[in-house]
Parts: sequence; structure tokens; C-alpha cells
Amino acid sequence: MAVKEYLRERFFPHLWCPGCGHGMVLNGLLHAVEKLGMSKNEIVMVSGIGCSARISGYVDFHTLHTIHGRALAFATGVKMSRPELNLIVPMGDGDALAIGGNHFIHAARRNIDITAIVMNNRIYGMTGGQFSPLSGEGIQATTAPFANIDYSFDVVELSKAAGATFVARTTTYHVQQMTEIIRKAILHEGFAVVEVLSQCPTYFGRKNKAGDAVDMVKWFKNNTTPVGSNAKQENPDLIERGIFVQKESPEYCNEYDKVVQRAMKMVK
Amino acid sequence: MSENKKFIQGNEACVDGALYAGLDFFAGYPITPSTEIAELLSYRLPQSGGKFIQMEDEIASLCAIIGASLTGRKVMTATSGPGFSLMQEALGYAVMTEIPCVIVNVQRGGPSTGIPTHGSQGDVNQARWGTHGDHAIIAMTASNHQDVFAITVEAFNLAETYRTPVILLFDEVVAHMREPLVIPESGAIPLVERLRTSVKEGVDYHPYLPREDGRLPMSDFGGVHRYNVTGLFHDMWGFPSTEPRTVHGLLRHLVDKIENHTNQIVRYREYYLEDAEHLLISYGSAARSARHVVEDRRLRGERLGLLELQTLWPFPADIVREKCIHPKSVIVVELNMGQILSSVKMVVNDPQKVFLANRIDGIFITPEDILNILRLIQGRGV
Repeated sequence: MAVKEYLRERFFPHLWCPGCGHGMVLNGLLHAVEKLGMSKNEIVMVSGIGCSARISGYVDFHTLHTIHGRALAFATGVKMSRPELNLIVPMGDGDALAIGGNHFIHAARRNIDITAIVMNNRIYGMTGGQFSPLSGEGIQATTAPFANIDYSFDVVELSKAAGATFVARTTTYHVQQMTEIIRKAILHEGFAVVEVLSQCPTYFGRKNKAGDAVDMVKWFKNNTTPVGSNAKQENPDLIERGIFVQKESPEYCNEYDKVVQRAMKMVK
Repeated sequence: MSENKKFIQGNEACVDGALYAGLDFFAGYPITPSTEIAELLSYRLPQSGGKFIQMEDEIASLCAIIGASLTGRKVMTATSGPGFSLMQEALGYAVMTEIPCVIVNVQRGGPSTGIPTHGSQGDVNQARWGTHGDHAIIAMTASNHQDVFAITVEAFNLAETYRTPVILLFDEVVAHMREPLVIPESGAIPLVERLRTSVKEGVDYHPYLPREDGRLPMSDFGGVHRYNVTGLFHDMWGFPSTEPRTVHGLLRHLVDKIENHTNQIVRYREYYLEDAEHLLISYGSAARSARHVVEDRRLRGERLGLLELQTLWPFPADIVREKCIHPKSVIVVELNMGQILSSVKMVVNDPQKVFLANRIDGIFITPEDILNILRLIQGRGV
């Protein structure tokens, strides 16, 4: 199936700004789905609120555009109810890790088979450029006019600690890698986190003098390195990308099936 | 005791009603005094092919059951005041997206952590207006276990019929009190099943285009129709819209589908109303003391009557107005500072004759408390 077949063209044009990285994430995601040869009926996309969350409107899957931060909780209900469906949950950085932080760590802890994609542009775009828990100290934002003093989460470390069994990071520059990582994340049986560094030239870029979209994407090229590379040892400021965790561990819905079996024995 | 007769708590009667109605997915979070509902369902749901999940908080609990409902399940969560407060945003989402679900609020004293182990009926107006924005809602209650069972079944039926969240406003007294429950034979209470679309695969399905009767046939997530669900104002495709006619039309639909059917939705019980000089209006546990007063006074020849409300929202305005015409006085008996009192005063022809008998100290209202108010109204002193 051509990638275009996965889009709801009825709902275009999309609302993302020129140069926004979120369309590149959509591109990488749809290529991953296409490579997997998945049927549109077997995919449920659940999103929260924000620029990133609008991605669910544009794809021809079963789509649930929910409330801010709670996408993973809705997705947990869908998955638990119909484990045969594939759940993809794209979230923004604030959506996933500020208001949604609790649901994020608990979905990871349960190891429920959901693919969580954190579209990290380090800013609240929809509301006009406030700092997020992934902005980091020193960043300029409309709610940090004297520079941000909040430290940021490291999505990879947080996901690992919370129990995610697949953890990866990529960027909008590395589209081939993004597609391959998302493909593996969807195939992974368990809670998978893919952080995609994405650019917001409109707010993050402008406030922080990061240049235009092309400059920001180039920054991803020049400031990231494959996980475990020598470059990281020479330059610790480089951000590692690639797959950090990929391990087998009992999946939540499978474990609940065992609960059902034990419960049924009690009835007999 | 026959096999279908039990001596149980109100919370268990709610569980029995929910399972009778076809509940097959529950998500919840522990909170007094509703916890027994989650405990019992964690045991019984997997035995009957259903699913139970304990979520990380009450917000997640309501979100999870909304997700599960979209896949075609009959769903419920249970909580108490603080958890119900947390659920308000997701409750509005279920209203807006028209996803059937049942939310039990076993009321305790508030505000805040309040008095968790004691009864109250302080969340009546929160059930009506807790979530933001104009909307209609269905909220029901009951005073005894047989009615808790029946009203719980009814809640599932109404949730399916009107594609709406339905709130069950029980309270700590009924929830933890023990009395007999006879579980009706299967089929004795009719069940409303999900109305699913008959539109075939490959033909356009409009998830948010109401039929002529206002009902919206659903298509299960994972089925042959793929569509968008959003809490934004949306068009017939379920896609966000700011078009004024669409916004107006959807809000009108959300309110009218319930308010225009108030008389079909309303459930109540009446005792000795035909010649009542003094009318008590009550609901939930408070109605037990009110009924005691009425029956006791009738034995002494005093003409008292009781209107026991089971549907609180939409407010049964026509019934209340009609029943209040002839009595000399109307006493609203409730465990709060007059939350239903204000609705009664709003709909009756003569609000001056409406009085409040209440308790707000965590102690269950006694027949004597109600009698004291009655004597004062009658000019007889306490």
C-alpha cells in the first residue's frame, strides 16, 4: 500500500507551521507502517492535546484525539480491551512528560504493548512557546523570559528506569533511522518509547536564535551521534541516538490472560 | 436462603447490577468508601470473561474505560468525591464524544479529603456541573439494595440509549449497609445493547450524524469503519470544526438528546402522595429516614407523603412541580446544604412552602431530625 493511502486527504491542509518537524515524524511513521504491511483496520492511534496530537486526525486509522496528557490512559483501555489491535500513541513533550508524566511511567511499568512516540520539540507550540519539561535550563520561552531554570528529563533514562522494554531516540534529520526505529518499536511486544527530536522553528527556534527549520535540522545532524560511538567519549555533549533498550519481558495483556485462566479455574 | 438471594453491602449490589447489565470492563483506583466495588470486580470480572485494571489514578481510570467502551464493551468505574473531582475533564470528554460509560460516585463528606468514612450527598451539584461547559448529564441514585441493583442496570441501559456517561450517586450509608438483595432471573430486567451501525464496509459511515430519532449508531474501534473521535467540536465525520453552525448544532444535540427525554429518563418512587398534607422529597440513604417518618406518622393519622427521587439529573421538574401542588408544605431531606432544595424551589409554584431537613456533620439523618423540622413548620415546636 502506498504511504499516501494511509492519509485522510479530506482533512488536509494540516495545521502545522511551515518548517515544523511533526510532518517529518508523520512521514517516518507512515513509512514504518507501510514497511510492516499493516492493515489500516488493525491500527489505533491515540493522541492527547497539542500540535503533535493533531497527527491522529491526518491518518486513516482508528483515531482517538483525547485530552491533554491522558492519551496513554485511553490507549491502555483500548489495548486491554482488544489486545490484537496495534496501539500507536504520538505525544508532545509537555503532553507526554508534564501533564502526562504519571501515565507515561505507569504504562512503561506495566509493559503494556503500546508504541509511544515522544515528538520532542522542547516547547509548547499550540499555546505559543512556553517551556516544557524537556526544554532544559537556559532556554528562552514565553514563560521563561529570563531563561529557564528547570532541568529537563532525559526521556531515554526515564523510560528505562520506569520499565519500558524498548527505548530509542532519533531525530527528524535521520528519517531513515526514524522509520526503522519506529518499525521495530511497533513490532516490539511491550511498551516501546521512541523519542524523536523535532524542530519548532516558530517558537523554540525564534526564541532561542536557533535559525530556521533547516538550521535546526542541521543541528540535529551535528549534535547527535550513534549510541555507543567513540565521538560521544570525545565530546560528552553529543546526544546519543539509536536503540538503547530492546528486551523481552512479560507483556501486560498476556499476563492478564493468565489472570483470567486462574480466575476461571476458581469458577470450576 | 435461595441461591439468588444474598445478604450484602450496597457496593456489592452495585457490582451485581453492573454484571447483570453486561459490564465487561472496569478500571478503577482505590478510594473509600467505594473500594469494595473495585475489589469485587477484580475477582468476578475475569471469571466471567471480562477485564479489570487498577489504574494509576482516577483520571486514568475514566480515560481507560472510555477507550474500552469505544471497542464495544460495557464499562464502569467507581470512586468517591476526590476521585470524582479528578475525573471531571474526562467526564466532559465522554459527554462531547458521546461514549457510553457508567461512573459510580459513592459519596462521602467533603470538600477535599473531608470525612471519608461517613456518608454525605454533597456531590449532587458537582455531578450536574462539575465538568466545564454547557452540557446535559444523567445522574441517578437509590436508597436500598434492590433499587441499587435495578438503578445500576438502568444506568447501563440509559448510557447505551443516549450515548452518554451516566453517574450513579450512591452514598457511604447505602454502600456499606447490609441488607438482602434478590438477584432477578436473567431476562427479568430488559437490557439495552449497543446500537451499532448497519453501514457496510466500504460505504461512508458518519460517526457523528444523528439519525432522525437523534440516536447515533456506533462502530467498534478495530472494526471496518475507521473514524476520528475528538473532544473538540466536530462535524459528522468526527473531524474538528469551528464552523458556527456545526458548533451550535452539536451543543444543541448534546443537550436536547437528554433534556428532551427527561420524562422517559426520570425514575422515582412515591409513598402516600394522594392526600399528603406535608410532602417529603428525598433520595439515596436520606430517603430511608424520610420513609420511616412518613410510615410512622401515617399510623398516627398524620397525612405525610414521600417522593423519592431516583433520577436527580436531568431534574424531574414536571413530576416535582405536579406533586408539590396540593401539600401545605414540602420538606426536602438530604445530606447536604440544600443541593436538591434549590432545584425544587426553582420548579414549584410556591417556593415559600419548601423547607430543608438536612445533616452535614457526617451523621446519618434520623427520623427525629426530620420530625423536628416538621413540627417547627407546623408551629408545634420541637
